[in-house]
Parts: sequence; C-alpha cells; structure tokens
Amino acid sequence: MSMKKTTLDLWVGVFVAAGLGALLFLALRVGSFSAFETAKTYTIQAAFENIGGLKVRAPVKSAGVVVGRVVDIRFDNTTYEAIVSMQLGSQYKFPTDTSAAIMTSGLLGEQYVALDAGGSDRMLSNGDTLRITQGAVVLENLIGKFLFNKAEEGGVGAQEEGSAP
Amino acid sequence: MAKTTDAVRPHPPVSDNLVEIRDLSFAYADRLVLQGINMTARRGQLVAIMGNSGCGKTTLMRLIGGQLKPTLGKVIVDGQSVGELDFQALYRLRRRMGMLFQFGALFTDMSVFENVAFQLREHTDLPEEMIRDLVLMKLNAVGLRGAQDLMPSELSGGMARRVALARAIALDPMLVMYDEPFAGLDPISLGVAGDLIRRLTDTLGLTSLVVTHDVQESLKIVDYVYFISEGVIVAQGTPQEIRDSDLPYVHQFVHGEEDGPVPFHYPAPAYAEELGFGHA
Amino acid sequence: MLEHVAAILRRMGARVINSVWRLGLATRFFFLTLLYSGTCFRRPHLVIKEIFSAGVLSLIIILVSGLFVGMVLGLQGYETLQTYGSEEALGILVALSLVRELGPVVAALLFASRAGSAMTAEIGLMKATEQISALEMMAVDPIARVVAPRFWGGVISMPLLAALFSAMGIFGGYLVGVVLIGVDEGAFWSQMQAAVDFRDDILNGVIKSAVFGGVVTVIALYEGYDAPPTAEGVSRATTRTVVSSSLAILAWDFVLTSFMFRGAS
Repeated sequence: MSMKKTTLDLWVGVFVAAGLGALLFLALRVGSFSAFETAKTYTIQAAFENIGGLKVRAPVKSAGVVVGRVVDIRFDNTTYEAIVSMQLGSQYKFPTDTSAAIMTSGLLGEQYVALDAGGSDRMLSNGDTLRITQGAVVLENLIGKFLFNKAEEGGVGAQEEGSAP
Repeated sequence: MAKTTDAVRPHPPVSDNLVEIRDLSFAYADRLVLQGINMTARRGQLVAIMGNSGCGKTTLMRLIGGQLKPTLGKVIVDGQSVGELDFQALYRLRRRMGMLFQFGALFTDMSVFENVAFQLREHTDLPEEMIRDLVLMKLNAVGLRGAQDLMPSELSGGMARRVALARAIALDPMLVMYDEPFAGLDPISLGVAGDLIRRLTDTLGLTSLVVTHDVQESLKIVDYVYFISEGVIVAQGTPQEIRDSDLPYVHQFVHGEEDGPVPFHYPAPAYAEELGFGHA
Repeated sequence: MLEHVAAILRRMGARVINSVWRLGLATRFFFLTLLYSGTCFRRPHLVIKEIFSAGVLSLIIILVSGLFVGMVLGLQGYETLQTYGSEEALGILVALSLVRELGPVVAALLFASRAGSAMTAEIGLMKATEQISALEMMAVDPIARVVAPRFWGGVISMPLLAALFSAMGIFGGYLVGVVLIGVDEGAFWSQMQAAVDFRDDILNGVIKSAVFGGVVTVIALYEGYDAPPTAEGVSRATTRTVVSSSLAILAWDFVLTSFMFRGAS
C-alpha cells in the first residue's frame, strides 16, 4: 500500500464526513432529537382506571399533534388506579379542566394519551392532576359486549349501550 | 546508574571494551541454552560469533540487545549492565545500537526511504531536508540510493539486507549486531555484504558483532572469532588462529566435514536393531 | 472407564484454565494499549492511517450489506405488518431494528471478518518477519507504535461504519417499502421519527458500536501479537479472531442491551 499521504488523508476525510453525515441523518430524519430538546417542560398527572398497553415514552397528543410524552406509570395502592405522569412542552398550554383519554392509533397500533382541552380560564401548571379521564378500550371487553348484545338482539331488541368501560 | 541525559552524557571512563559478557547463562524455562559465556568486543572491533544452527547465537544477541534477561551473569554494554536497566534506560541504550535481522525485517508498508528514515522520525525532530540528506547518505553507503522509492517487496534478498543495514546505522550507533548476514545470499551478494560490514565498521568507527555460521566469508573480514557449541564457548581466537586450530570441533566446522564431534546422525538406537536385524 | 472420565475432565479443566489465562493476558494487553496511547494523540497521522485501513477499506462491504439488509427488512416487515393492517409502522420496524441492533451488531461482525482478520494477519506477519523485534531494537515500543494506533483507528471507525450501515439500511427499507410497494411516504417517516429517540436509540447504538470496535480490535491485535510466528500459527490466529470476536460482539451486545434498554420500551 504505497499510497500518497494526501490521498490517504482525503479518503479518511471523506469517510469521516460520510459517517458523521449518516449520524446526522439518523439524528434528524430518523429520530426525534430528545437529547437536545432542552426546551422547558412541565409535568402533569392523570389517574386512569385502566391504561391497557400504554408504555413509558408513549406520545401525548392533542388534536393529533404530539405535545409531550408519558414519563412514568405507577399503580396507586389506595385507589387501585394507574397514575400516569406526562411531560408536556411548556409552549403548549391547557386549561385545568382538560380531559385525558387513552387511544389507539389504528386498530392494533401504538397507544397514546389524547388530551381534549376544556373551557376553563386557568391553565395547568407543573404537578397538576387531570380530573376527567377515560381509560383504554380493552378489546376483549368490547368483543364480549358485542357478542352479548348480538345474543340479546333477538329477544329484547335494541338495548341501551352501557357507558364505555 | 546515575541519571544522565543523552545530549550531555559525559564520556564515562569505561574500559576499552564496548561489550563485555561475564559468566552468562541463560535458560528458556528448563532448557539451558547458554552456559558460562565470557566474551569481549573492543571498540572498533569486528567480532564473529560462530556455531552450528541452534547453538544459541541468536539468543546471545537478544541478551545483548536486552530483549532477553540473563538467568545468571552479566551483559555489559558501554559500561551498563543491560539486564538490570529499567525500560527508559534500556530504550536509551538501544538508540545507540543497531541490529540487522536475518531477513532484514524491513517494514513492509513503507518504502525503502521511509524505512531508513524511520528512526530519524521517531527519535529526532530534525527538519525534513536534513532527514532526506541523512537517509540518502546512508543509502549511498550501501549502494542503494537509486532504490529509495521501491517497496521492500520489490527488493531481492541481498538488497533488502543492505537497506536494513542502512536503517540500522541511521542513528550512527556505537554497536551494530548482524544476525546471519550471509544466510541465503548468492556468492556475489555474499562478497558485497562482507565487504560492506568491514568497511562500515572501519569508516564509521563502529563495533560490530556478527552472528553467523558462514565460516569462510567471515574469517575473511573479522578481527576475532568465538565458537559456540551447545551453549558453551569451545574455541576463540583471531582468524589465523582459527584456521590453524586443530581442535576437532573447529576443524570440522572450518573445513565443513560431515561427521566429527558434531555427529551427522541425530541420536538414535542402533540402525540394525531398529530395522529388525538385531534379533535374527 | 474411570480414567476415561478423569481424562475428559482433565482436558476440560485444562481448556478452561487456558481460556481464563488467555482472557487475563488479553485484558492486560488492553490496559497496556490504553497506557501507551499517548503517542497516538501526539501524532494523529498514525491513527488516520489506521482509520484508512480499518474504516475506508471496509466501506464497500458495509454499504452494500446495509442496503440489502434494509431491503430485506422492508420486504419481510411489510409482509408481517400487512397481516395486521399496520403497514405504516414499517418505518418504525426498519429504523428501530437497524439503529438499535442490526446496525451495530452486523456492522461489527462484518468489521471483524474484514478488518479484524486483516489486522491479526498483519501483526502476526510483522512478528514472524521480526518487524516487531526490529521495532523494539530501535527503541520504539511496538504497543505504542503499532498496536495503539490500530486500536484507536478501530474504535473511531466502527461507530461511523455502523451509522453508515443503519442509514443505508433505512434507505433500503424506504426503497422497498415506499418506492416499490407503495407504503405511504409521510407515514413511513413520521411514525419512524415519533418512535425513534435520539438518546435512547441512536446514541446507545453509537456507544454499542464503539464498544464493539474496541472489543474486535483488541481481540484481533492480541491474537496477532500472540500468534506463533509461523504460517500455520498466523492462519489459526486469523480464524480465532473471527470466531472469538463474533462471539464477543454478541455477548457484549446482550450485556449492553440489558443495561441500555431496561424498561425503556
């Protein structure tokens, strides 16, 4: 390998530049840049009866826009409910009577927390807890109910639907 | 040893002997390779260490270069006991030694020029022009200035060894050791190599140690000869004394006789017995 | 009978002791390499040369394999996801599996067989032809001059190669998924972006591959340095480099993964 020093330097330069370019591509185009999202955030909590398959780091969306992430999920020993902590970007303000629901993107997709803004004048701040929540729809319950209704349809006719579980 | 820097080393009033070996023994694990060796090489002398293959000649060189440590005894080079030096001092001493390996051991990923320039780049901060001049001077001394841009793979065995010699003398060492410099050379290269070693020793004021089994070529050029057999020195003297020696071993070696004190046969049971004739 | 069992046990014991012994020597070798790395930073050109032989020369195989692995992932992932009607998640599948696992691991395996084996052979031959010995006699420490630059060359090259592998793979997945099959392009990228986290996925992948680079080069250099200076010795050392560094990559991958992604997903 009797390569000229300058040619070798050039190749190594091209290689390093390409490698860093690939990293940059991964960081910007493929991933979300959370490490450098040093933007201010605030954390709120919500208690759910059932969180289904919700995971830490699941997105928190409002009107379909990602406004934050789930940072912690705990089980409350006194109320037997799941306490979900969410970190929201501080540029997103929500009224105190905002409601939270656990939804699924697509039929079998990832689960996320959807926030539905209320009408209050006061805004949520760090550490606040959401009052109105709606847990995950558990598919097995839904199917069970559907079959139950089908079976009853013949006899009693149209029954009033129960509230969502 | 007192701490001295390379630049202002006061010439120590050491003896005339550059290399002095006293009662040296060396063993690999439990195999005794060298035993009770005593030898000296005076400054400016060209000394040959001879013996048949596997007699411990190369081991002796590694002991002088500090790559091995003596089991017993001392190797003293320029007044310093090599086996007792720490890493720094040993490396400082080695900068003033050159070694020519059996097949050159040139760095295969560098050109001839870079090979010779290697130590200058590693150990000095000389400007590029000066390195160039020094390298060309050394290459000229071995007659290969024209080959400076070749790669080691493009050289013949004799040329590679001459380049290695130029590399070994790049830092103007006080001592140069040659490991089998004549092995595998054609008669012309052989003569060239022999002359070169003699000439460099004289013109550069070096002390040279040649380890070899080529008796005829080395007897022509050296000042003094040590014969080693099975780890001990069996004979020593000037070339003339060696030629005239009637010691059986030396006689066999110098005249290349097949059988003698060094037997042709490896130890074995009696031939007839092994072929089954013994129990007829 | 009993002596047969004893013989087998003895052989097993000898092998274990030998392995532990070699592991210890390799560890010592690794620390020596770190200790003598000063020269590399004073003379970066030594490292640049090794980045060339470790990184640039592995570039083609990394890029081509990355592209194909990504295309296969796109195809297989689509087949599977389509059954559940969630083809849009193809981007997530391709990106996460590449960035977290396949990128660092497969790139490191390729690196071990391309650059690692070459390193072992090179050092082994340098030893066989007494070049290492010559360095010592020229008062140049071979660990500092020959081993350390190669080590750092590997540690620096490996994350870059893994990133290129992943990027190429995602491009391959995109080609098959979006261009060929027709998955919605917006969904492909946006779902991917929502699911892949810079620190948890990409940065961890980079750390992984740097560790793999270090592991592979230490094994390769140690095997070369330790090889008996014969043709057979060097060829066996080369084989051992590929086998043991592949195993080491997978073992380290498990260890690192269990620390990095614990509870994250």
